[in-house]
Amino acid sequence: MTKLAAPRLNTESSVQPPPAPSARSRGIWLHVVLVVGLLVMVVPFVWMVLGSFKTTAELRQLPPTWIPENPTPENYRELFTRLDFPRYFFNSTVVAVAITLGNIVIGSMTGYALAKLDFWGKRALFLLVLGTLLVPGVVLFLPQFVLVSNLGLVNTHLGLIITTFAAPLGVFLMRQFMLSIPDDLIQAARVDGAGEYRIFWNVVMPLCGPALATLGILTFLGAWNAFLWPLVVATTEELYTLPVALALFAIGQQETNFGLLMAGSLVVMLPVLIIFVLLQRYFTAGIAMTGIK
Amino acid sequence: MTQRAAVATEGATAARLPDGAGRQRRGAKQNLIGWSFALPFLVLFAVFVAGPILASLGMSFTDMRIADIRNPFAVDIVGFENYAALFQDERFLRAAANTAYFVVVAMPLTMAAGLAIALGLNQAIVKFRTVFRVGFYLPVVASVVAISVVWRLILNEETGLINGILGVFGIDGPGWLTTPELAMPSIIAMTVWRNLGYQMVIFLAGLQAIPLMLYEAADIDGANRWAKFRYVTLPLLRPTLLFSAVITLIGYLQFFEEPFVMTEGGPLDATLSVSMYVINQFGFGNYGYAASISYVLFLAIAVLTFIVFRFLRPQD
Repeated sequence: MTKLAAPRLNTESSVQPPPAPSARSRGIWLHVVLVVGLLVMVVPFVWMVLGSFKTTAELRQLPPTWIPENPTPENYRELFTRLDFPRYFFNSTVVAVAITLGNIVIGSMTGYALAKLDFWGKRALFLLVLGTLLVPGVVLFLPQFVLVSNLGLVNTHLGLIITTFAAPLGVFLMRQFMLSIPDDLIQAARVDGAGEYRIFWNVVMPLCGPALATLGILTFLGAWNAFLWPLVVATTEELYTLPVALALFAIGQQETNFGLLMAGSLVVMLPVLIIFVLLQRYFTAGIAMTGIK
Repeated sequence: MTQRAAVATEGATAARLPDGAGRQRRGAKQNLIGWSFALPFLVLFAVFVAGPILASLGMSFTDMRIADIRNPFAVDIVGFENYAALFQDERFLRAAANTAYFVVVAMPLTMAAGLAIALGLNQAIVKFRTVFRVGFYLPVVASVVAISVVWRLILNEETGLINGILGVFGIDGPGWLTTPELAMPSIIAMTVWRNLGYQMVIFLAGLQAIPLMLYEAADIDGANRWAKFRYVTLPLLRPTLLFSAVITLIGYLQFFEEPFVMTEGGPLDATLSVSMYVINQFGFGNYGYAASISYVLFLAIAVLTFIVFRFLRPQD
């Protein structure tokens, strides 16, 4: 089959086992384009990682180098000894873990009520959850700040946590998943004399593994990367989370310290990137569960 | 991140809300059990989310300043004065224009780039699909602040990566973030780069839901690739396009981390966004005024989202 003679009918067909020459050459071009695209995506990360091991002198050198000439961990040492990165790391971890646990527990309880129980006001509650799913943080943070400061929670871990401890997304996601659990199962447990709380804990929750994993990952990610609220509530360095510390370094006194900023960026990104690479199937599950098929 | 995920089902689920129809009448016990599960959420939610939505509106009609923080109810009501002042405020108008510029340019570019990558990856012949997917998705999961810091360095005039590469070819690269005309396009380029992976995943899911049968039927009719894209792929992607457009629109209208970290809104306010202006005014202690800006943004988001829904909803 020559290029010209290739029948119009099946050049596109992906089920045809031996690809026609035209399809093969198109496949090569496709791969070239995709690989170039992939490089554009990955090179900034590579540049950051390599740069974080360079000396300030080398980073200012012209023409710039790719591979560090004298690799040094100095930037990391500075982050973790001279600057207070262990504390920021601790703050980020505490806040993100607490928010994740809160959303898992409260999201499951409320999601269960909305999916499987019948009570007065249920529809109104669900509409409330739906209606506020997409309210922008920039509308909320002002009154939240006034409230939190009157509760004496400004510049505390609890203040960083409390406003997103029970987010509508978790409720929505768990409700959607729990709808797929058969009612018969719950009825059978009731017939066997199990109480409502035992049914929730021993019958329903063990079936929610994938949904809980997805919700946990999405929430952790959001909390770890959160910027606006921690920026507003953490008023002294002791309470900074990693993104706040990094952003303020980048526009403040460390502005010209490229190596340090690259190392700092890597430290902020790394936990999330590890979670993503290890658990990436749950990310697609998250998109599927929130509506798209 | 958390906000993006859920808009698509709103229409779908509202239709099949089980509301106890056909079941036996609920007893007091059932109500009690139901609410005991829902109460922790309701309390936290009412205090920290629902309340603030209303409080924010209330604040926007007052002259509340940082000094009033202990007595938020002792402030003077100024009616629509904040809103009137807003439309005389040149910095706000500048921020609104910048935000519009950002959304109008970055939104279609991000969607088109994501769709193109998804179409490419969806070809059966592509090998190592997972590697590509992970690679393109990396910037989506990474902290936007950290990404912005790295790009601030990449775009640096003297020692940045871009100008370093241009230098190899003897080109003297400009100050990407320090030239007023170039700062916004640079931020847009970075934003498209950062978000196209999310669009890719959404579009891949949408493409895989299209039955192969339809393409086979088109083959039999002798349709070429463009015709198949135009008359099979695009119409069937409509719900996906709607989801993607709404999520992108809502996210992009609020953009602020990128200019906050990369340009601090400069040079000469060229990258000041509406969200960033809210935060600036909050920083100056003008709480009432900041609230009115945030509510204008909220309103714009609601109206524009509604318009996108009208334009892109599936046509029966």
